[in-house]
Amino acid sequence: MNIDQAMEIRQQKILAALENKNTSVHFDDALDNEMVLNMGPQHPATHGVLRLLIKLDGETVVACVPELGYLHRGYEKLAENMSYHEYIPHTDRLDYLSPLMNNTAYVLAVEKLVGIEAPKRAQYIRTIISELARISSHLVGIGALAMDVGALTVFTWTFTERERLYDIFELLTGARFTTSFTRIGGLAHDMTPEVAAAISAFLDTFPAKFHECISMLNTNRIFVERLEGVGVITREKAIALGLGGPNIRGTGVEHDIRRSEPYLVYPELDFAVPVSNGGDSLSRYYVRVNEVKESVKIVRQCLEKIPAGPVHANEPKKVLPRKERVYTKMEELIHDFMLVNFGVNPPVGEVYHAVEGSKGELGFYIQSRGEGHPWRLKIRSPSFMNLQSTPHLIEGGMISDIVAVLGSLDPVMGEADK
Amino acid sequence: MLTTIIESLRTRFPQSVLEVNEFRGETTVRVRKDDIVPVCTFLRDDPAASFDYCSDVCGADAYTPEERFQVIYNLYSMTHRHRIRLKVSVDESHPHCPSVTAVWPGAEWPERETYDMFGVVFDGHPDLRRMYMPEDFAHHPLRKDFPMMGIPDSIPLPRK
Repeated sequence: MNIDQAMEIRQQKILAALENKNTSVHFDDALDNEMVLNMGPQHPATHGVLRLLIKLDGETVVACVPELGYLHRGYEKLAENMSYHEYIPHTDRLDYLSPLMNNTAYVLAVEKLVGIEAPKRAQYIRTIISELARISSHLVGIGALAMDVGALTVFTWTFTERERLYDIFELLTGARFTTSFTRIGGLAHDMTPEVAAAISAFLDTFPAKFHECISMLNTNRIFVERLEGVGVITREKAIALGLGGPNIRGTGVEHDIRRSEPYLVYPELDFAVPVSNGGDSLSRYYVRVNEVKESVKIVRQCLEKIPAGPVHANEPKKVLPRKERVYTKMEELIHDFMLVNFGVNPPVGEVYHAVEGSKGELGFYIQSRGEGHPWRLKIRSPSFMNLQSTPHLIEGGMISDIVAVLGSLDPVMGEADK
Repeated sequence: MLTTIIESLRTRFPQSVLEVNEFRGETTVRVRKDDIVPVCTFLRDDPAASFDYCSDVCGADAYTPEERFQVIYNLYSMTHRHRIRLKVSVDESHPHCPSVTAVWPGAEWPERETYDMFGVVFDGHPDLRRMYMPEDFAHHPLRKDFPMMGIPDSIPLPRK
């Protein structure tokens, strides 16, 4: 098959899907210029390589078909061909706005499968890095949403704050972006007092700076009117479509896995689950803003309560030993050799573990056959499920609202395309 | 809580529930393929179960001569905050499975992804196209017999 034929088949199928949609929106007075518009895969408002095919009646969107797969790298196939430890760096590249969250989610799923638990100090550090990742992800989400609807300044302000967070990540993990910080049964290394001091210093100044950012938006009439009543979804529809994170809490559903199925040290912490009842883009924005404030509270409590102790579980056959001991102790050398060459070998079985990621329910479903590599690893990515609602949110609205709706959904294509 | 749900499921569909597994506190119910839609409808509508949130639908390749593929449903209940996992087996010679999009509309994209990756056809799906791979791609990448490095020339490259 040559490229022309192939392209024709692709185009025909996508166009047929667009034409076959049940379109109930009809405007008799609209201009007689029904047209098909292609948005993306390269478009600043699609936050990555998302492609939307849109059928327009005048300025009204009659039908919308999202096309995914432009960033598909086959991470589920890769997982089947490498050991559980080797896969940790690949989780950085899923939701690349909160890599520390993905690291944590993945090792929690593997630890559940293996049947071990990280020590208390490691769990506290994991909670801290998860919440810092949530803050940094929401800062991008809020800034990009503001930029999409025309408020460019806020984007630079939130990015300045995010930059300070990335300095902390660099201090903590040695990398700004691709952190790969967690390990099965613990962490790459302990958090030093300098990092704790840096986080405290960040938390001291951040709330005031964040307040500056959002006060630019909350009292901005253009911003509020661009989002209010745009992209409305009811709570029943949101549950049925499988929305997650701030998007489902923006419809009034108090669904937060940190609360409903507690993991790490969340039961010991005092925090609220922000909910907004509007179901529109503005409600989703408010939920994100309040979540950032709650995350600041959580990190503060963690820094106060964090106990001393080891950050690696005492399971020599499952947890990678420290490098300095590998070089000096025979037993650790053997364990290191076995773990690197043959893997952790969890028992035969299957688990699903979900955490409350910054975009929604981030879950890993792993099937094990007792080997060093997973037989099947499925990533339940929240952005994928959130994007599923775009036709429902966009159809019937105006073409200029598409960017506002997409910005308020906050999708990350690295995660949606896997 | 889950035991009573499985009991009521067994009394309601004595032929459908094939096997119940417990591992690490998670319950997996193997269901006969043809009955997956009534079972799912029951689990969604029964007040004691009320699995209203379809967390995920995914496939797996067991790589056995019979019942090669599995379709796995991870379900969650917003009201009772519990989870259950359903599993059906699909033969390679007739890779068809009833679609649950009528029960949970959110299963539409995960089912498309399963079709794309494993070639399991979901009967009754409103828009069964490939999710990630191009439409003219002839293979299903997550099958175990698909090589990890891909198949040369399976995707035509753009002209220079």
